[in-house]
Amino acid sequence: MLNVSQLTCERDHRLLFENLSFAAGEGEVLLVEGSNGTGKTTLLRILCGLYAEFTGAVDWQLSQSPLYVGHKPGVKDLLSARENLAWLTNLYQTNVSAKQISEALSRVGLRGFEEVACGAMSEGQRKRVNLARLYLLDNQAWVLDEPFSAIDIEGVASLEARMNAHLDGGGLLILTSHLPLSLSRPVKTLRLGQ
Amino acid sequence: MSLFFGVIKRELLIAYRNPADLLNPLIFFVIVISLFPLGISPTEQVLSQIAPGVIWVGALLSTLLSMDILFRSDYDDGSLEQMTLSREPFLFLILGKIVSHWLVTGLPLALLSPLLALMLFMNEAGAWALFCSLLLGTPILSLLGAIGAGLTVGLRKGGVLIAVLILPLFVPVLIIATAMVQAGMQSVDYTGHMLWLGAILAASIGFAPIATSVGVRISLSH
Repeated sequence: MLNVSQLTCERDHRLLFENLSFAAGEGEVLLVEGSNGTGKTTLLRILCGLYAEFTGAVDWQLSQSPLYVGHKPGVKDLLSARENLAWLTNLYQTNVSAKQISEALSRVGLRGFEEVACGAMSEGQRKRVNLARLYLLDNQAWVLDEPFSAIDIEGVASLEARMNAHLDGGGLLILTSHLPLSLSRPVKTLRLGQ
Repeated sequence: MSLFFGVIKRELLIAYRNPADLLNPLIFFVIVISLFPLGISPTEQVLSQIAPGVIWVGALLSTLLSMDILFRSDYDDGSLEQMTLSREPFLFLILGKIVSHWLVTGLPLALLSPLLALMLFMNEAGAWALFCSLLLGTPILSLLGAIGAGLTVGLRKGGVLIAVLILPLFVPVLIIATAMVQAGMQSVDYTGHMLWLGAILAASIGFAPIATSVGVRISLSH
């Protein structure tokens, strides 16, 4: 599904990685590891086409762009949770109903917050609005940058269950995380900064 | 194209919930223009002479001031990077953002302009020409301004840089538009000026969104 070859990236005169090559396919988990500042986020942004200053090739065999969850939640303070989620899913897919959106919000523990403006929410809740997309979209590849940051323990367990379902459905998962993962599939790790 | 209309709907909803973004350029426009009679001379002869230039410079500066907010909040909260990954070309989303920017800044300026024209003793024909010139000209300002906004959104203090980048592109619009209003005031035919503005508008619609989407992608890549 994903083939990366000879990836080299230099940022602010510092070599983040050189000639990095890897591949990932259906039902696989790729955990990108490394201490702070080793280029994990940059690598994920390169994979999603958000960062262009690199050499090498990133080749996705996908009909749809990967689902990207970054550090920024991508929600507007002035829109409600429902409006934000409807917009974020509409960017990828058209066939999501209002009922499904309510269900997804309750799955991430935001039942009753549907009409609350995201500006009045905590950091973790804003992140949850963004993560609720995982329950709505059927993108084959997920690229998640620190999906568990600012999420409580129950939220993490629920997300892991959703990730397992995604992998069982033949999806690909690429993520960074400082928390130990408990997924049903073996995790391939890619260590940066060595 | 459904996301093009989706963006417009979303932007208008946000503008409606945060009317300061809508009102600030408009109030600035009115203040600048109403200071001229006080600062120069309240006589009809002087004011009707400078009116086209004053109103157009006011419109140009207030558009320039509002340009920085076009992508700023979407960049800061991560909406912009999500938009680049959408199922439709990023270009449509950018065009939608520019159109909604014009709907909340340029269009109100054009609608308000006949009133200000009367305040500055322009005749009826002149006020009509002014309205037409702003209706054709303000979308050009939004389209060209978006190029600067897209290129500078990644910088913390992009405001002045936008002005430096974009003002040279605004100058031909200003010259043609004020000439058009002056022709209108003297009841001279101004079809030629309108065609020129229309041509610039058509070219801007074609090229500015492309340049803007490339600029935004470059800004996101830092």
